[in-house]
Amino acid sequence: MRHIISILLENEAGALSRVAGLFSARGYNIETLTVAPTEDISLSRLTIVTSGTDAVVEQITKQLNKLIDVIKVVDLSEAAHIERELMLLKVRATGKDRDELKRLADIFRGHIIDVTESTYVIELTASGSKLDSFIQAIDSGLILETVRTGVSGIGRGERILKV
Amino acid sequence: MTMMTGAEIVIRCLQEEKVDYVFGYPGGAVLHLYDALFKQDQVKHVLVRHEQAAVHAADGLARSTTKVGVALVTSGPGATNAVTGIATAYMDSIPLVIISGQVPTEYIGQDAFQECDTVGITRPCVKHNFLVNDVHNLALTLKKAFYIANSGRPGPVVIDIPKDITAAKCRFEYPETIQLRSYNPVVKGHLGQIKKAVHLLLEAKRPMIYTGGGVILSNGSEQLTRLTRRLGFPITNTLMGLGSYPATDRQFLGMPGMHGTVEANLAMQHCDVLLAIGARFDDRVIGNPMNFTSLPRKIIHVDIDPSSISKRVKVDVPIVGNVPDVLEEMLKLLESGNAGPDAEVLAGWWKQIEEWRGKQCMKYRMKKSVIMPQYVIEKLYEVTGGKAIVTSDVGQHQMWAAQYYKFDQPRRWLNSGGLGTMGVGLPYAMGASLANPDMPVVCVTGEGSIQMCIQELSTAKQFRLPIKIINLNNRYLGMVRQWQEMFYGSRYSESYMDSLPDFVKLAEAYGHVGIRVERPEDVEPALKKAFVDHKDDLVFIDFITDQKANVFPMVAAGKGLADMILTEDL
Repeated sequence: MRHIISILLENEAGALSRVAGLFSARGYNIETLTVAPTEDISLSRLTIVTSGTDAVVEQITKQLNKLIDVIKVVDLSEAAHIERELMLLKVRATGKDRDELKRLADIFRGHIIDVTESTYVIELTASGSKLDSFIQAIDSGLILETVRTGVSGIGRGERILKV
Repeated sequence: MTMMTGAEIVIRCLQEEKVDYVFGYPGGAVLHLYDALFKQDQVKHVLVRHEQAAVHAADGLARSTTKVGVALVTSGPGATNAVTGIATAYMDSIPLVIISGQVPTEYIGQDAFQECDTVGITRPCVKHNFLVNDVHNLALTLKKAFYIANSGRPGPVVIDIPKDITAAKCRFEYPETIQLRSYNPVVKGHLGQIKKAVHLLLEAKRPMIYTGGGVILSNGSEQLTRLTRRLGFPITNTLMGLGSYPATDRQFLGMPGMHGTVEANLAMQHCDVLLAIGARFDDRVIGNPMNFTSLPRKIIHVDIDPSSISKRVKVDVPIVGNVPDVLEEMLKLLESGNAGPDAEVLAGWWKQIEEWRGKQCMKYRMKKSVIMPQYVIEKLYEVTGGKAIVTSDVGQHQMWAAQYYKFDQPRRWLNSGGLGTMGVGLPYAMGASLANPDMPVVCVTGEGSIQMCIQELSTAKQFRLPIKIINLNNRYLGMVRQWQEMFYGSRYSESYMDSLPDFVKLAEAYGHVGIRVERPEDVEPALKKAFVDHKDDLVFIDFITDQKANVFPMVAAGKGLADMILTEDL
């Protein structure tokens, strides 16, 4: 099962390596990992997408909580939540592909943010699986570069992760 | 307030923390710290001969007392040499503060002389670590380190201090207490869960208590003993938990696991309610978890670390809390309800256990002309009246010491249970001896392990530590040889120890007393000579033991607990 784990941690040097190191040391898998400071500069918010059985995910949250720099851990996917990921896709855009790519970008509510004679850069923000579908929808031969930020997530409504 | 240098601040913090001994080794990056040490006499420094031993000795001190062990090493190789000691302490949850020197701040990342990424290297084997980047944070960092090391589930904390920070000056302020928003260990157990546990225990038909190192670390032996006696249940202590319940008591079934007794393993396997306290269902304790969980039983698990609960075996009643607090609550519930288990049902269970005990699985056959290693431990137990602090290294001798020396009190048995580090025995004995000068301290070792930290004979001489070294010398890396005999067709690949030193002469060369014992009838007199005539000396007794003696019972790796190989002698 895929889980989105959200972590509040001290914005200290090395805090990120503690989290990443824990995953590699204990053989947990990381699909994506994003981290940035919050409105409180002393705090970072980290989002990890991982997968595993219930027992493994239970261990992951317990082990994360054990890290001294970690303040709070929540498994967002346990309840209603929103997930978003930003992708920048550079594609070969020539001839009739130019129109087709533009149409596809519109269908997926993406934007073309850079245009040259032969390339587009398409920006798309959506859930991870939506980004996957977009990539699949495009002729793989046209894709020149894929840059994804990794998933960010937040609980819906009054579900708030704060110190 | 006067200004102090970073080095002076560090030493002052150690004084504030009432640190008696620092084990260490000087070097370029810690010269300011050593100078500050020199100018005071409250904190005593023990100069080891290798940094690994500094951490082990600090660890031995911590295990034999309730204090935090402290080690001080220089940057680069000083820190990397300390890593084995740190990882050893981490696996057994021992509270340590390790201070390492670092190259000056502006040199970090420049591949400077004796530079290494100490914080990076130690990160996976510490409870926490710090790189100090400002002298103003130094005192607070030390306070945090001691607090983190010795609270919750204890563990080692490394503080890496660049040399310029130890020279920089600031005012000294030491906070009395500390609060960390990201670290709040739970102490009290959930009362509802505790009630559920007590109910389950009273309903049990075949109850069993299984406890580990957590009981010793949390100083919960007294509560454990009261609870066990009140319930009248059988109890087993793991290798790390030996001494938390008196081993000479009838309710004690011996150690469980790979080299556990028949009665302990079968009771673990066949109980219907298992009360696990400060233990972690280690692979050396429960054998194959699939086999273990294939039998129906309810498990209650008390531990201060939530991540230890349901890690290897799913439990029914998890209780997160400090062991003595939780056990005290259990006792209160039992006493207030004036409740007890059904005596008749319990008697039936005990009858079964006594039948298993009747197999006398620890019996071994004495030989006329050659010393059996088990016999040495039995005699050691007699001669010391069971009152010594016993350290061990890792291997067959460790198992025999655990099996045949009956520990009635906690913090008397020091060994590397988790990481299984050969070479800890002598430095552990040094730490224990310094911290407990009135206690006899024995290091049970083998000719393989002792050579991994043999250089510490020199430290022991310098500090006049009257350690008794019991070397069970079978000229083999015995545990490796045993596995090769049993599982590799007796192909003894690299397990024979050729070209051994003359240990008697070696001990004498270091200024100690050396004795060689080759015949069974000389075992007891030699021990008496060491413990009585040479009470105040370090005595190295080299026992030439049976080469083919194996540790039994044995549960092979990956097998179920009931699948025990018993000694061929019976």
